[in-house]
Amino acid sequence: MIPTSTSTPPSAATAVSARGVDKTFSTKQGEVVALSGIDLDVAPGEFVSLIGPSGCGKSTLLRLIADLDSPSAGTVEVFGTSAHQARIDQRYGIAFQQAGLLPWRTVAGNIALPLELHGMAPAERTARVDELVALVGLGDFAQKFPDQLSGGMQQRVAIARALAEKPALLLMDEPFGALDEMTREYMQTELLRIAAETGAAVVFVTHSIPEAVYLSDRVVVMSPRPGRIADIVPMRLGRAADRADDLREDGAFFEMITAVREALHGAPVTGPRGVETR
Amino acid sequence: MSRAPVVERVPSTAERLLAPVILGVVVIVLWQLLAGSGLIEAYLLPSPAAIGAEIAAFLPSMASAAGLTGLNALIGLLAGTIVGIVAALVASAARIIDGMLAPIVAALAVVPIVALAPVLNTAFGADAQTGRQLIAALAAFVPVFINTARGLRQTRPVHRDLMRAYAATPWQVMRTITLRTAAPFTFTGIRLASSLAVISALVAEYFGGPRGGLGGLISTSAASSAYPRAWAYVVAAIVLGLAFYLVALAIERAVSRRG
Repeated sequence: MIPTSTSTPPSAATAVSARGVDKTFSTKQGEVVALSGIDLDVAPGEFVSLIGPSGCGKSTLLRLIADLDSPSAGTVEVFGTSAHQARIDQRYGIAFQQAGLLPWRTVAGNIALPLELHGMAPAERTARVDELVALVGLGDFAQKFPDQLSGGMQQRVAIARALAEKPALLLMDEPFGALDEMTREYMQTELLRIAAETGAAVVFVTHSIPEAVYLSDRVVVMSPRPGRIADIVPMRLGRAADRADDLREDGAFFEMITAVREALHGAPVTGPRGVETR
Repeated sequence: MSRAPVVERVPSTAERLLAPVILGVVVIVLWQLLAGSGLIEAYLLPSPAAIGAEIAAFLPSMASAAGLTGLNALIGLLAGTIVGIVAALVASAARIIDGMLAPIVAALAVVPIVALAPVLNTAFGADAQTGRQLIAALAAFVPVFINTARGLRQTRPVHRDLMRAYAATPWQVMRTITLRTAAPFTFTGIRLASSLAVISALVAEYFGGPRGGLGGLISTSAASSAYPRAWAYVVAAIVLGLAFYLVALAIERAVSRRG
């Protein structure tokens, strides 16, 4: 397929730039169009959430940005280079819904993993791990093993690991999806603090409207079959970095929730055509 | 009347260890009484006391016999383990090799030791231990190969994604994730193989070859109607098998604690 959108050339000033991206998976049941005609720019330091129902391709889009999959058509650029080159150059950090820690390594050992793989000297590595453990508030747990930690703590280790090499872009695929509501809200506030401290751009996949609204500068609302961007809702809630828990009870917060909800439900109903994605 | 609350008691370590010991003592006492009663002929079931006396009398010979059989089992276990791991690595690297190896391993798994022992004993000559070691290796190879091959397929998708995101080299992925994930499976295979290696090395001695091992002495003692002595060597064989199993189990526990 040839991208039909009128492309504007991406510049190095954008953290992520997707142009006319399609993604088709071949399954036993036939071709499944996961993404169709995606155009998206994320500015440096910007917090962008991808939200939508199951099967809208939000995780797929994140995987394309991470170069864990390749687009069927169109281009994905990260800091002005191809997504592939950006992965080779380690321009992003990534966290998944599962913490994905190595159970046989301690907290410190898990956080050190990317540093080890990329050949950082041991002394430097220890110092960096100490910083990161403190950043995510796990100072007392550095020598614990993952099975000794709660789900929220494991996810904090995963975030520290994603931040290990000071990436200017953080990719997160429903990292708080498996946590209870209270831990989740705490982690959201922590993430805003960390994102502000590191100045990283964040692309954050979620299916929670309040979570997307609370965290984001912009919320990208996606619709399924085929996955496409239905709307992009800018959050008028001040800088994400300045937000705190009291925002959750603010009138403006509820207005933004309503705006995102309407964008989600107002998306053109395509109905059951083509192939189910699951 | 109110009923006392039911409290679940967790048995202490001492209780858990003591229970089977008490059972064992009770069984031996009953056995001794039964053997001494004259109801059962002594050649059918020698008394524990008679077996114990033989053990005391032949301890040095039993130790050297256990050493000989044990060494054959150990050499076989190590060789079978090494070949099993290497074959599993090769099979996991190339699907076509996996497809070629699978039926061969299935065939090996059903080869009865008793069928191979006379052949290999004759093939390697009457004065060599090679045939026995080979039989032990063959028996050990199968569980190590099957478990390692399975372990090498257990890598979690999230770990694979993570390593790809880190642009890790294939060797780094192998070292950091794949081998470490497979290790507990391999050691389970080695634990299963440890008993098989001892049994195979022992049974192989029944079919000729050099004397001096536990299997050979069991068959000669039985053939010369020295039943208590035959049983004494059986006890030694049990101790040898247990020793192999417990060492392998301890290593497996140590490796699988996390993971």
